[in-house]
Amino acid sequence: MTAMSLPITTAAADPRLLRAWWAMKNSWVLAKRSVARIAREPEQLLDVTIQPVIFVLLFTYVFGSAIHLAGGGSYHQFLISGMFGMTMAGTAPGTAVGLTTDMSTGLIDRFRSLPISRAAVLAGRTMSDLATQVLGIVVLSAAGLAVGWRIQHGIGDALVAAGLSLLFAFAMTWVGACAGMLIRSPETAQAMGFIFFLPLAFVSNAFVPTQGMPAWLRDFANWNPMSAVAAACRNLFGGAAPAPDAWPMQHPELAVLIWSVALIAVFAPTAVYLYRRKVLR
Amino acid sequence: MSESYAIEAAGLVKVFGRTRALDGLDLQVGAGMILGMLGPNGAGKTTTVRVLTTLLRPDQGTARVAGYDVRTEAVQVRREIGLTGQYAALDESLTGRANLIMVGQLCRLPKKQARQRAAELLDEFDLADAADRGVKTYSGGMRRRLDLAASLVARPSILFLDEPTTGLDPRSRMVTWDAVHALTASGTTVLLTTQHLDEADQLADSIAVVDHGRVIAEGTSAELKAKVGGERVLLTVAPESDLGAARDVLGRIADGLPHVDPAARTVEAPVDAGARRMPEIVRELDAAGVLLDDLGIRRPSLDDVFLTLTGRAADSAAESEKEVA
Repeated sequence: MTAMSLPITTAAADPRLLRAWWAMKNSWVLAKRSVARIAREPEQLLDVTIQPVIFVLLFTYVFGSAIHLAGGGSYHQFLISGMFGMTMAGTAPGTAVGLTTDMSTGLIDRFRSLPISRAAVLAGRTMSDLATQVLGIVVLSAAGLAVGWRIQHGIGDALVAAGLSLLFAFAMTWVGACAGMLIRSPETAQAMGFIFFLPLAFVSNAFVPTQGMPAWLRDFANWNPMSAVAAACRNLFGGAAPAPDAWPMQHPELAVLIWSVALIAVFAPTAVYLYRRKVLR
Repeated sequence: MSESYAIEAAGLVKVFGRTRALDGLDLQVGAGMILGMLGPNGAGKTTTVRVLTTLLRPDQGTARVAGYDVRTEAVQVRREIGLTGQYAALDESLTGRANLIMVGQLCRLPKKQARQRAAELLDEFDLADAADRGVKTYSGGMRRRLDLAASLVARPSILFLDEPTTGLDPRSRMVTWDAVHALTASGTTVLLTTQHLDEADQLADSIAVVDHGRVIAEGTSAELKAKVGGERVLLTVAPESDLGAARDVLGRIADGLPHVDPAARTVEAPVDAGARRMPEIVRELDAAGVLLDDLGIRRPSLDDVFLTLTGRAADSAAESEKEVA
């Protein structure tokens, strides 16, 4: 039984550190696999390419013409930061669709019969989704520059904004991973994304200031983590609107950090737990 | 439990809703042996494979694979096994080569070795020409071959094949059978499930007949055939002659009830030591004025085994039931 030519160490000689190292490596291999898939099926990138461009154009030229900001700032400056929040949060449905697709094929059985970390299948997916969000930021920024959005503060602030956005995107992929474990088919995941995600995205400060909303909706919007990302980006890119009187809107950068860490702390272990439970039935 | 078995399961039970997919299944496979699990759809073959490969937790019972408990030592089990399921477990949008390299890297092969191993397997499974095409473009047979190759990347000591040739073209079936023979020559233990009696007969050292989640008979092909009883005399009556008379004659001489097929004009009955009693049968038939087109003795097939053990034919059972999980 042990006459294998593989450098597989026995479990007894497998200290925790080594195991974590292999879990990372396995996740990395699986992340590269997802990215390689995208190279062969570029239509998977519509979420982070065509869609943000359409939203930017639609909101700048159609809705934006009717929206007047209280502080008198320019709408496209306001909009692009809002789009950062929305696009980053939009990774969640994508992750759910990707995972349900994997789970619905026999491929998941292959992964599960291999001696790899249980978290690797999920982590590989969230890492590759994070990589596509980097592309999302590039596309969104380019679209923004084309309609007149500008980075008004230093490049350092802009990088912090991008970093915070990606941290939030990573947190949202774990939310999506949980959803993906609870939903059966990719089609359902797609539909659920549309039904739950879009309204959540709109009840935020992403496209309009929250001040005009009814009180109960305004509280929700101000505490919506997407609003924190949008507000943080507005602070860092420039073009901040007057902040509403809610803690996350007063301290959006810190709010994004706390939200992201909290989401990861809750949803990453839950996703791994759900994965283990789902696959053992 | 002894250490000499590569696979051993005792009293496995798995219930899905109201279906008892496994109902006290026991199994032992010696190291380096090929065990064929034979049974109709819904007999519990796939569920057994899924339990033994740590994909499914049994409700009751214990199972050890390569000496490791499938429940508590799943990681160790996974290091020793390869699995080819009923549906190709591949990434459709990657190339065949990329699939194998990925599996190699997940099995902790360094990139260079993973590449090398992939190339070897692509050659061995007659896929070198298609290696750099997307799996999407592969035929069903090519997919199954690639899937089998993927399960061999880490050179497992124990291989599970769940209906490895179902729906395969003859070429892929041959490649698969050759691969299984080659593996056991190198000492690999193989558990394969099949609905095809000829496949179990061809490939397996021993056969476990499974029905309703239990092993109902076990042994070599010859042992199982012996269980069904001895030889059978099969005669075909000429069109101008009387089928009823032939049945009466065989009914007097045979050791069991004769079975008449009016459409084929055949009468068949179990007759122990058939060859020695053949002259008597011929004399009696002649005396009754029965004209024959054909007369022969046949050894029982695995179809007969199944019919005897379960009271129904393997094929009809396959049509009337659906595999659970």
